[in-house]
Amino acid sequence: MFLSRCVRRIHPGTSCRWVSFNTNEHEQLRESVRKVVTNDINPCIEEWEAKGRFDKKFVLKKLAEIGALGITKPTEYGGLGLDYSYNVPFLEEIGMCRGAGVVTGVTVHTDMCCPALIRFGTEELKQQFLAPSISGEFLGCVGVSEPDAGSDVASIRTTAKRDGDDLIINGTKMWITNGTQADWMCMLANTREGKAHKNKSLICVPMNLKGITVAKKIQKIGQHCSDTAQIFFENVRVPASNIIGEEGQGFMYQMMQFQEERLAAALAIPNQLDKVIEETAEYLATRKVFKTPLLDKQYIQFKLAELKTEVEAIRSISYRGAQQIVEGEDATMLASMAKLKAGRVARDVVDTCLQFHGGMGYTEEMWISKAWRDCRLISIAGGADEIMLYIISKYMGICKD
Amino acid sequence: MSLRILVGCKRVIDYAVKVRVKPDHSGVVTQGVKHSLNPFDEIAVEEAVRLKEKKHASEIIAVSCGPAACQETLRTALAMGADKAIHVEVSEAEYATLQPVHVSKILAKLAERTQANLILVGKQAIDDDLNQTAQMTAGVLDWPQGTFVSQVEPEGDSLKIVREVDGGLEHIKVKLPAVVSADLRLNEPRYATLPNIMKAKKKPMEKLSAKDLGVDIAARIKVVNVAEPPVREAGAKVENVDELLGKLKDLGRI
Repeated sequence: MFLSRCVRRIHPGTSCRWVSFNTNEHEQLRESVRKVVTNDINPCIEEWEAKGRFDKKFVLKKLAEIGALGITKPTEYGGLGLDYSYNVPFLEEIGMCRGAGVVTGVTVHTDMCCPALIRFGTEELKQQFLAPSISGEFLGCVGVSEPDAGSDVASIRTTAKRDGDDLIINGTKMWITNGTQADWMCMLANTREGKAHKNKSLICVPMNLKGITVAKKIQKIGQHCSDTAQIFFENVRVPASNIIGEEGQGFMYQMMQFQEERLAAALAIPNQLDKVIEETAEYLATRKVFKTPLLDKQYIQFKLAELKTEVEAIRSISYRGAQQIVEGEDATMLASMAKLKAGRVARDVVDTCLQFHGGMGYTEEMWISKAWRDCRLISIAGGADEIMLYIISKYMGICKD
Repeated sequence: MSLRILVGCKRVIDYAVKVRVKPDHSGVVTQGVKHSLNPFDEIAVEEAVRLKEKKHASEIIAVSCGPAACQETLRTALAMGADKAIHVEVSEAEYATLQPVHVSKILAKLAERTQANLILVGKQAIDDDLNQTAQMTAGVLDWPQGTFVSQVEPEGDSLKIVREVDGGLEHIKVKLPAVVSADLRLNEPRYATLPNIMKAKKKPMEKLSAKDLGVDIAARIKVVNVAEPPVREAGAKVENVDELLGKLKDLGRI
């Protein structure tokens, strides 16, 4: 926490600039988020894990009280209108929840369902969906993936057909985080025939409408306190004015808001991995094998040092991505790299640390076993590792798609 | 009587940090270590803010004595709801030997300067645990004091106070102006909200030196040696009470 967290911008032809993520204000925000996580959220995690969902009212209220749901969001709708650098300490500290399900649920709400609405939504839509999301009355979710289309977003099948001033929505959405308890969905659907990249729209869909059925709450191997749902839409009627921005631009808008999603996912990871490494070292210092603590073995020291270095690499890439967002630049490539690195390193860290715990690591008693289950998702959700590689190779100009 | 409250805000090493002694045994490592507002002072700030919210207080002035970094601590108090801050700058070298006797004189001078009629401080700081500042300040000013309080209620020109004492609670009434020190159970401090954190940036902060106030902060102590507490030795398990009694007898404890 004490090392200066600055990012240097290297851009040919312009002077170098530093964006700081640790001014006194950043640190105070960090402290308040940390208090909510430590004092309010973490004591409830076990109960929420057993129930299969976190208490949305409680979590949103606690975060709204300190202003954490509107950090970068426009002031007209109750946000604070701060630059993206203030999102960094928030994401890093929310990542310290002792159940990653809460992290996923909260970041979907704060960083994944709103960017397009903020950028392109009408005043009415923002009043209806953004303002209550900032005040904590509404929980949001993202409706992109379907049973037959996840990584391949272009081939989603859900349709929203025009009927007078309304849209009639039919289809199925899958893997929807917050799906059983969200109040609204930022949904991607086909609003016309034609080319797959130009026939889709993002639509704000209230989740209490007739024709919406939560088909099932999906049982997962981890992140138990995050509810994940499959949802049916059968002749669901919403006003056509619920379309965000221009009709037909949804695919592009979604690709844009994926960069915030991926960077947020990556920024929430390094602090929790540091904690995993730190607690593993503490455990190994007390665990004696052949009369000496395991931590005295150089193999273990070097392995932990290696992992710690990898964690810093995620942090550095993420900070540079955050810097680009602050500067209003396209962060797609760095956000994709950060997400890729976060997923891979997280798997490495929790797997190695679980191994070092031995038998204890395989028990429910230790946090490491939960971290191990929870972290596996990072390489899959919000764009799988392979999709990140695809995007990066496109940016490198070596993939001709 | 409307209160003008002066609140002490000491910057201390964060409670969660594992404190280490410097290799030369001259003190503890503070470089690169997370610091925060002394938790008992945080309670004092919270109480001041609550008094203001209940319209008992008109102004809250947060004070911190120490190096430049104390201004960060003061911003925390401002984000919680203090109206303005005074930073009495003390150099790192002088701060190493700054004691409650110095701070109490500074607080007394500031009370006159700001026309405060209530000085609220934490009962002790979690770094040196001295628990003297409130008492000495009351002495310097010749004001009544209420220490280790768990409840404060203004009533006319007095404060009704509940104190936590050995074996129970003591109810007292002190006349204003007064000095009060906060105990753990006085309240639960709020979390600073982001809007207030940003607003605090713009609140006034006055910078003074001890010299400006005419207070001599020359060292009254010399640090001879700072050492880690002895490492606790491993215990042993006994099978039954007889064995326990036998061991205690062997050690000459019973």
